[in-house]
Amino acid sequence: MTAYDVEPGDAVHPGDPVKVDRYTGGARINHWITAISLILLALSGLSLFHPSLFFLTGLFGGGQTTRAIHPWIGVVLFFSFSGMFIRFWKANLWVAEDGTWLARIKDVLTGHEEKLPEVGKYNAGQKAVFWGMTLLILTLIVTGVGIWDVYFASFTSIETKRISVLIHSGAAVAIICIWIVHVYAAIWVKGTIGAMTRGQVTGGWAWRHHRKWLKELIGGMVVKP
Amino acid sequence: MAGFEFELPNPNTNDPKTVFGEADLVRRSASSVPEPAKRLTPVAKLIDVSKCIGCKACQSACLEWNDMREPVGINRGVYDNPEDLTPNMFTLMRFTEWVNPETQNLEWLIRKDGCMHCEDPGCLKACPAPGAIVQYSNGIVDFVHENCIGCGYCVKGCPFNIPRISKADEPKAYKCTLCSDRVAVGQGPACAKACPTHAIVFGTKDEMKKHAEGRIKDLKSRGYSNAGLYDPPGVGGTHVMYVLHHADKPEIYANLPNNPRISPLVEIWKGAAKYVGLAAMALFAAVGVVHYAVEGANVVKPEDEKAAEKLTGSGRR
Repeated sequence: MTAYDVEPGDAVHPGDPVKVDRYTGGARINHWITAISLILLALSGLSLFHPSLFFLTGLFGGGQTTRAIHPWIGVVLFFSFSGMFIRFWKANLWVAEDGTWLARIKDVLTGHEEKLPEVGKYNAGQKAVFWGMTLLILTLIVTGVGIWDVYFASFTSIETKRISVLIHSGAAVAIICIWIVHVYAAIWVKGTIGAMTRGQVTGGWAWRHHRKWLKELIGGMVVKP
Repeated sequence: MAGFEFELPNPNTNDPKTVFGEADLVRRSASSVPEPAKRLTPVAKLIDVSKCIGCKACQSACLEWNDMREPVGINRGVYDNPEDLTPNMFTLMRFTEWVNPETQNLEWLIRKDGCMHCEDPGCLKACPAPGAIVQYSNGIVDFVHENCIGCGYCVKGCPFNIPRISKADEPKAYKCTLCSDRVAVGQGPACAKACPTHAIVFGTKDEMKKHAEGRIKDLKSRGYSNAGLYDPPGVGGTHVMYVLHHADKPEIYANLPNNPRISPLVEIWKGAAKYVGLAAMALFAAVGVVHYAVEGANVVKPEDEKAAEKLTGSGRR
């Protein structure tokens, strides 16, 4: 029996310190393609969002190329994130302890993890980021195609385009805010970034932040020498 | 003869290179301009729908002056040709057959469509590219193509559905310039010059309003009790105005908007959303910085590692 939150490739390596495999090479490549796309989309999108940021079009070779390339990067992000969704959706399903964790968000932010329930591979905050990104990326791709006038101008009315562009901007602001939370959490919680670079975390990190997941890995004998 | 008094003066030949420049700007898209030291007199084109005979000389003159070519189209059973405004065709006669319910007369309404040169231009408000859309102090709204990025935001901003985006490798937005290059040298727009019935006249906005008054009085005396001037206040008035015989229902003239204004969606997108959006992102980043400063890093303790070792059975006890 495998718990809902144990993903393919997750494994424990006993030793000093204990090492835990958290992300496979495929998952990491998938993540970084998505991450680079999201950053490029934010930069190119912001350049057209506020006049004071128009200078960012210089990074992409000017206004015309920024306008032309932004939707294509969006397509890359959509398919790349779809891959991540297929990998991670199951482990991000909402379970009972997530509500308790979220109710004690104050203890999370003040570092009193001893007062929190033991959580699986992802805590409620990570799950919120995952589902928030999922919903916003769907919103952004749908509204984005609606204003991709080079190819699809005749498919939507001007009023639909006005609604689309407003929702697109709002969703973009929201996803950038979520991205800030995501990056901040990775910086604040030391030992996290290694999970997405080398694919591993230490046993202590897993014990401290995802104890249920660690116990499941050990209990399920997903232990490699 | 009344109605012909707006024969335009000969052009200024002393300085034929005169064009409107940076000093004449009152608005510049995605950027700001200083208040101009000297303001030009507001101008306007007045289109008297009741005098139009639908000859399309204005369309031909427009293509000619702007050096544009519209490919030969196909007949779709209506007189409109081409069937819509295009990136080449900045003005278009729109024909409507309307049965007047009061008289049962068939009235053939012909409206010359094109940029209205709004005093409060929605295209300019929506444009993200600095200097791609400008407004001169005489009221003319012009597209500056070297700054245009072809995004189509002007299409969303316009309350009259006027700008058209070209299909070129580098798409750009096109619309009527009110012949700003001709106006700069004291000429009127090419369409006004070509109009054989003087249904299109050009002058200062005050002159045009006065001229319209005379025309409206004339129309009222002929039984068009609802004749009036179309200078919609929702967009601050326009620098292209119509004399309509049925000014109480402009929509019968091929859907001329009754009370045009910049869409509230565009106002939010280009107003509150810009500031709230940037503020939200800045707030999230600032909270992160403050949280880190106050709480410090969340570090894995040696006892966490020991607990994990104990759990895996690999720890040194």
